[in-house]
Amino acid sequence: MPTKLEIVSPEKLLLSRPVDMVVIPASEGDMGVLEGHSPMIVMLRGGTIDLYDGDKVTEQLFVDGGFAEITQERCTVLANKAIPLAEVNKAEATRLLTEAEAAYEAADKRDIAAEDSALDAIQSARAMVEAAG
Amino acid sequence: MPSLKALRTRINSVKSTQKITSAMKMVAASKLRRAQQQAEAARPYAERMDRMLRALAASVAGSPTAPPLLVGTGADKVHLLIAVTADRGLAGAFNSQIGRATRNLARRLESEGKTVKILAVGRKGRDYLRRELSSRIVGDISYAGKRRIDFTDAQEIGERVTAMLAAGELDSATLVYNRFQSVIAQVVTEQQIIPAPPPPEGETTDLGGATYEFEPDEETILAKLLPQALAIQMYRALLESAAGEHGARMTAMDNATRNAGDMIKRLSQNYNRARQANITKELIEIISGAEAV
Repeated sequence: MPTKLEIVSPEKLLLSRPVDMVVIPASEGDMGVLEGHSPMIVMLRGGTIDLYDGDKVTEQLFVDGGFAEITQERCTVLANKAIPLAEVNKAEATRLLTEAEAAYEAADKRDIAAEDSALDAIQSARAMVEAAG
Repeated sequence: MPSLKALRTRINSVKSTQKITSAMKMVAASKLRRAQQQAEAARPYAERMDRMLRALAASVAGSPTAPPLLVGTGADKVHLLIAVTADRGLAGAFNSQIGRATRNLARRLESEGKTVKILAVGRKGRDYLRRELSSRIVGDISYAGKRRIDFTDAQEIGERVTAMLAAGELDSATLVYNRFQSVIAQVVTEQQIIPAPPPPEGETTDLGGATYEFEPDEETILAKLLPQALAIQMYRALLESAAGEHGARMTAMDNATRNAGDMIKRLSQNYNRARQANITKELIEIISGAEAV
């Protein structure tokens, strides 16, 4: 039995189809979701979502972080940005990484929340560069 | 009685006005369609966000460390009003009704002894509020010249409000915007965004007795999710307002085109009468001239 995967960005519903398995980049490590997974709400880091049909990866998308809601029959990903892996642009990714690193340098290190979000941005940009390479 | 020439110029000028208003109506209609589509496309995300928030809010309910975005600062002193208007006029009462609602709300809060701050989104609202409430305006944002509103625009406003909350510059925030009901009806809506209102009742996920696990923990997720939820609310308000603006302009321009048509009809009638009178007068002159010979 497949699990129903939905990927949504604030601007539109990007993808909605049943898949056999999906691997999502959860904040504390990649997570494979099959049908019948116990209900969870997880935070995502920047990384790649792999869609499996049977044993093969049929589609890959890059997301820049977000959230996912998992229930026994469904997996909903809320991302700010989700791009098919083939369309990830390396130059763009590198630019984002440089920007994120500059923002981290400029961030007030005493403000833990600001530092954290700057680090998240760097991590997400690095994942994007990797995905592009 | 104005001269024939004056009437003719008048008719021509009303005709060209009518051309402009009917073109504006057509433009507004096509922009309205696009704005509606955009608002439609934003709905799935907002719905799923609400569903997650319900699950989370139920799980942290009553916790003493609940974040201020959810429960407020505990005080009720400084109110921020975010007035969303358009950057352009010629849309009937669209902008002024927001201005009026914001002013009334500000007056009411002040009479209760509260401090009011205003963030004006859109140029028209800023101009309106600057006349009477300029000392309360803490900032203004304008999207003039932008073809469409992106989610990042809403996020910026969200971040600004969150930063003000963190700095203790406000205790609660209310959005005032035009909700798009139909092409002819835009409803002024006051929506409290801080403290976050309880997510609307809706479909809750039936887990068959199981409960959600959270990774990392509820509070970390909530700390990230709430600013996002705030941005989504802003985004929806901006989109609703954009759709409403085009709807209002379409109606206003439709009326203007019709009025111009009526006016042209009346003026042409006057013009024809005056022309006829002139001809009659000239005929009488000729005839009486011939009789006198």
